[in-house]
Amino acid sequence: MPVHTADLESTIRNAIPVTVLEIEDTSNGCGENYSIILVSEAFEGKSTLARHRWINELLKSEIEQMHAFSQKTFTPKQYEAYLAKNAA
Amino acid sequence: MLGLARTSLSTFAPALRLRPAAFPIIARRLLTQEARAQIQKAVSGSPVVLFMKGTPDTPQCGFSRAAIQVLELQGVPPEKLSAYNVLEDAELRSGIKEFSDWPTIPQLYVNGEFVGGCDILLGMHQSGELEDLLVKNEVIPKELPADPAPQAA
Repeated sequence: MPVHTADLESTIRNAIPVTVLEIEDTSNGCGENYSIILVSEAFEGKSTLARHRWINELLKSEIEQMHAFSQKTFTPKQYEAYLAKNAA
Repeated sequence: MLGLARTSLSTFAPALRLRPAAFPIIARRLLTQEARAQIQKAVSGSPVVLFMKGTPDTPQCGFSRAAIQVLELQGVPPEKLSAYNVLEDAELRSGIKEFSDWPTIPQLYVNGEFVGGCDILLGMHQSGELEDLLVKNEVIPKELPADPAPQAA
């Protein structure tokens, strides 16, 4: 059963205060591979591993149906630095 | 009294039978103690342990390829690395996900501690944290201080 971008988005937005959320279907539309960028103040003070575990748990049933799932998690401050670095 | 007890039991019975369907998590296969012990032995068997799809020489998935490339770039000596091909072992493939509480492959352990999957590995590689971790765990030597800047004449 394919996973839809909208399902991922609503699950995340219902659970976490979102500053930026980019969901990219990297499987050419078949719903098997997703890559997300998630920026939230709720990540403040949490290690990357803790953030990823949190998102993995939140999207557990969706991830089980996918082939691949990739995530980048930032606090708003870290995201600014990430954008600045990528723009440079 | 007895009659009442029996009645209430039979009233409860159907609900009990319905439980596994209502809460599928109960039906999920749990890691046997033996399998858990085997994985524990595997993760602590080498300083660096990677669970991957394919082998270091021929990775079968882009994420596993990226993970092994990062470890090579960091200069992890082959004798300190054990790589397990989960594609060769269906039980390991599902078991390691439960053991680590992590849904995807690859998975990296350093000195028996779970580090993360591909995204975390790449992020730590870029930020320098992975090098710090490997140095701290004595997997790779601390980088020698760079040559002193040439003095102006």
